[in-house]
Amino acid sequence: MSIDIIISLVKAFLILGLLLTNTLLLIWLERKVVAGMQARVGPDRAGPFGILQTLADAIKLLLKEQIMPLKADRAMYILAPILALVPSFLIFMIIPLGPDIDLEINGQNIRVPLVGADLNVGVLFFLALSSLAVYSVVLAGWSSGSKYPLLGGVRASAQMISYEAAMGLSLVPVILYSGSMSMTEIVKSQEGHLSSPIPFLDAIVSFIPKWNIFPQFVAFAIFFVASIAEVNRAPFDLVEAEQELVGGFHTEYSGFRFAMFFLAEYINMFNMCAITATFFLGGWLGPTFSNFLPPLISGLMPAFWLGIKTFGLLFIYVWIRATLPRLRYDQLMELGWKRMIPISLIWLLLSSVVLGIRQFGLPWS
Amino acid sequence: MLDLILFAIPALFVLAGALIVIFAKNPVHNSMGLVLTLASLAVVYITLNATFVAMVQMLVYAGAVMTLFLFVIMMIGVDKAEQTKEEIKGQTFLVLGTLILLGSLLTYVVINSGFKWDLWFPAVEYSIEGTPNLIASTLFTGWVFPFEVISILLIVAATAAIALAYDTKTVRKDDDD
Repeated sequence: MSIDIIISLVKAFLILGLLLTNTLLLIWLERKVVAGMQARVGPDRAGPFGILQTLADAIKLLLKEQIMPLKADRAMYILAPILALVPSFLIFMIIPLGPDIDLEINGQNIRVPLVGADLNVGVLFFLALSSLAVYSVVLAGWSSGSKYPLLGGVRASAQMISYEAAMGLSLVPVILYSGSMSMTEIVKSQEGHLSSPIPFLDAIVSFIPKWNIFPQFVAFAIFFVASIAEVNRAPFDLVEAEQELVGGFHTEYSGFRFAMFFLAEYINMFNMCAITATFFLGGWLGPTFSNFLPPLISGLMPAFWLGIKTFGLLFIYVWIRATLPRLRYDQLMELGWKRMIPISLIWLLLSSVVLGIRQFGLPWS
Repeated sequence: MLDLILFAIPALFVLAGALIVIFAKNPVHNSMGLVLTLASLAVVYITLNATFVAMVQMLVYAGAVMTLFLFVIMMIGVDKAEQTKEEIKGQTFLVLGTLILLGSLLTYVVINSGFKWDLWFPAVEYSIEGTPNLIASTLFTGWVFPFEVISILLIVAATAAIALAYDTKTVRKDDDD
């Protein structure tokens, strides 16, 4: 087996392990944070600070009986949770965790990029896979052969199509600014500090890192809201609204299949935050302190920075969930089609004009 | 050899999906078969180094168009038994006749054009760097007029569809907000 294949396999397993353990941590974190915001204690029995609670829940779900509803469509009922899980794992493959590192294996110097796959159409890959995630919800809702899941599934398809459009449109200015659709290139384009042709402004902004969030704050806002809607979290969780739809699309699922939906939801959430950090917050960029830290630790600093940014965004997700009430269905549609899509189109036009002036000068000069 | 395997596996899935589209009784199964076909076609595009086309295929066809199909199927309701009665008299014979005609035409063209059965894979360095750039520069320099005309055509079609469906007489005032 060639060394490239071995490196790819190691990377794939590392990402698998990282995502699974990370989900355990994430669920615990969310329950603790929400509990704190609602003046409750939250899980505190299993392990220190209740950190093993998720593990106990996972074991419980694995041991539970799997029930197949009588009216269910067997093939689609089994396919739906698989379709939920696979895209969520694949999306993480394109997120760069750090700059290329040089390894010495068997006396050979090998350059290993710290990304699962550096596609030159990484942005499109992300959008394509997140659009496939709709199928899992729709199919789960339909194949259960029950009223509430079907309503959840129909809601999901409408919601996710609407917000996908806004999400894709809000990413176009970022691609224009970075000049590439590869995630690695997008991170590299955010290196350095902001600059301005006006000397007075230049003195002020030259301390700010050149992250896309500063020139592209509107795109960031739209992308952030659309990403919450895309992963079906509160306040956009109409798909699984407990008060009206029992559990929405996963009402009829139990045991391990339910666990798969749960896992996919949290991995998607993590992916979305990591991708938001990569697009708008400079990804793995940050000080590595290579002067006074040992090389191994300073080599891991980029991944650490990406983790900090990702968990910061995740905290905001949880914060929003604990704070905001759910939107009504017509409000959701109105926000998507009448506000976010027009705003993102106007913003795309504005940023293209600014970029054109920067590159070619004013039309009359 | 590896090329052949990489082509054969997705190609089999393309055919399997197409067969599901034709033979499955349930509309949802049909549409999922179409999704399988479209997604496997995207994999074929990737083996041909056309990553951009593959991703657009996934995004537009497998992602957006098929989700809308599924949405419409569910809205209308899929519980009704599918109509299997022949609508047109002698449908089977008409279809068979057309099939034979098409097949013979295709054979005639293949024989006369000196077609050679050969799998062709572009070399890796041929296009891996800039498929988006390549497509964009072709589209926006040589083909910009047809491109714009098509976009106008699509907008006209969309507006017409809305105008036909949106009957102002039947819409109540309180539907707006």
